[in-house]
Amino acid sequence: MEWINIIVQGILVGGLYALFATGLSLIFGVMRLVNIAHGDLIIAAAYLAYTVIQLTGLHPLASLVVVLPLSALFGYGLQLAVLNRTLDKGILPPLLVTFGLSIIIQNFLLETFSADSRRLNAGAIEISSFSLMPGLDIGYVPLLTFACAVAVVWGLQYLFYHSPMGRSFRAVSDDPEVSQLMGLNNRTVYAAAMALSMVVVAIAGVLLAIRSNFDPFMGPGRLIFGFEAVIIGGLGNLWGTLAGGVILGVAQAVGAQIDPGWQLLAGHIVFLLILAVRPQGLFPKGVA
Amino acid sequence: MSEPLLTVERLNAFYGDAQALFDVDLTLARGELLALIGANGAGKSTLLKCLTGLVKNRTGTIRFKGEDLIPVPAFEITARGIALVPEGRRLFPSLSVEENLLLGGKVARPGAWSLEAIYDLFPILKEKRKSPSTLLSGGQQQMVAIGRGLMSNPDILLLDELSLGLAPVVIKDIYDLLPKIAGNGLSVILVEQDVSRALGVADRFMCMLEGKVKLEGRPDAFGREEITNAYFGT
Ligand SMILES: Nc1ncnc2c1ncn2[C@@H]1O[C@H](COP(=O)(O)OP(=O)(O)OP(=O)(O)O)[C@@H](O)[C@H]1O
Ligand SMILES: [Mg+2]
Repeated sequence: MEWINIIVQGILVGGLYALFATGLSLIFGVMRLVNIAHGDLIIAAAYLAYTVIQLTGLHPLASLVVVLPLSALFGYGLQLAVLNRTLDKGILPPLLVTFGLSIIIQNFLLETFSADSRRLNAGAIEISSFSLMPGLDIGYVPLLTFACAVAVVWGLQYLFYHSPMGRSFRAVSDDPEVSQLMGLNNRTVYAAAMALSMVVVAIAGVLLAIRSNFDPFMGPGRLIFGFEAVIIGGLGNLWGTLAGGVILGVAQAVGAQIDPGWQLLAGHIVFLLILAVRPQGLFPKGVA
Repeated sequence: MSEPLLTVERLNAFYGDAQALFDVDLTLARGELLALIGANGAGKSTLLKCLTGLVKNRTGTIRFKGEDLIPVPAFEITARGIALVPEGRRLFPSLSVEENLLLGGKVARPGAWSLEAIYDLFPILKEKRKSPSTLLSGGQQQMVAIGRGLMSNPDILLLDELSLGLAPVVIKDIYDLLPKIAGNGLSVILVEQDVSRALGVADRFMCMLEGKVKLEGRPDAFGREEITNAYFGT
């Protein structure tokens, strides 16, 4: 029973990792941009929620009503003003610019909020759980997180394959030259993709901040988890990304059970193993 | 005589430091089919890319329906009424046949072409409409590419290498449909390796060599030898 519990908890944590990963995967898929600042944007979204809650007294989940549109708007502007200029110039400029952005965000958060760790107080839901069977308690927040991950992946998948916007994303990703002749302005398509990615980032940031403490320097660690989940699952497959998050979560949970110091190590080892055996990931993009 | 639909004057185009077009002049009347011929590297595709804004490094004038196209970005060209069927077809591999066509019609100008009209023209595409475009034969892919171009109901359809890489029977099928495609007053610029076939359907032709226009006129106004000489620069 103990092991079932550990694996179930690992799966639920995997939902959070999948949320870290989907925004990253989306941006890479549409514009081949590896966003090094992705983790810092997640933490920045958590601080944005923190600020909104301070100002309005809203519940953390309710704060999303404000945080989501602001994040989307920020993503749209960031893409138009900064990131678009780094594309079409090889692989290095986007890496350097988003790396710089990562440092700027961390220092901005440090200056504004200090290095103290914070937490979003979601009230009773944080510690409530229900018992699935003796020895297997499911917390509402982990369950909510996992449900959000499934909903986000399903929603993005639907948007990608069944909407005109998703069609534009795929077309621009396939052939950014010919896509223009379809009347698509690649720059605004990229901006829309970044806005969408930031919506997922904001959801991930708020859920992270309800579950655990956060501080200005937590971003790079979240980037690594997201990155590992994407690679494990296989690029270009969002359900694969969810599976990747789950595998990472389970690996960490099992590692932690063997020895508390092994939690992160176990995750990295599984990542490296999969990278060595199946570099294309477990579920690479098939024919849609 | 009224002003031509399209007038290109002294067009020069560059890739970095290399010049690919030299003072190219071109006119196209409404409903006219112009065959654009020339050896590999003559600049035919470059000319079409200049017209659609994909090659931006260019000087000269491109007047289309009285407007200057030089400052117009590529993503607005289709809305103005010029559609390109690119060399190598360039379908979107992650889109189905129908999605490729629908995207071509994203800029929906008024006109006779619609998804149904394309399926009437190429019935096989209706059967394959859910398939990824990558699973189609070369000829079927070319049909999708033509359909995608027509979906916006353009005034000018640019066909780059219509028959390249296709089986002879397929080429014949597509050429048999050309009058239907080019009907309704559509103007066409047809780039073609198969010179005699292109001259057979064209109202007028233009032969390019090393970025310059070498010969231009009605196909029956020149002898075969004259055209061959212009083609190879001999
Ligand atoms: N993207 C590019 N970068 C640099 N030079 C290019 C590029 N595309 C074409 N060129 C050069 O421009 C010239 C004209 O090429 P273009 O593709 O227009 O010729 P073409 O007549 O279409 O030939 P083909 O029959 O092979 O399609 C050639 O010398 C070619 O090498
Ligand atoms: Mg060419």
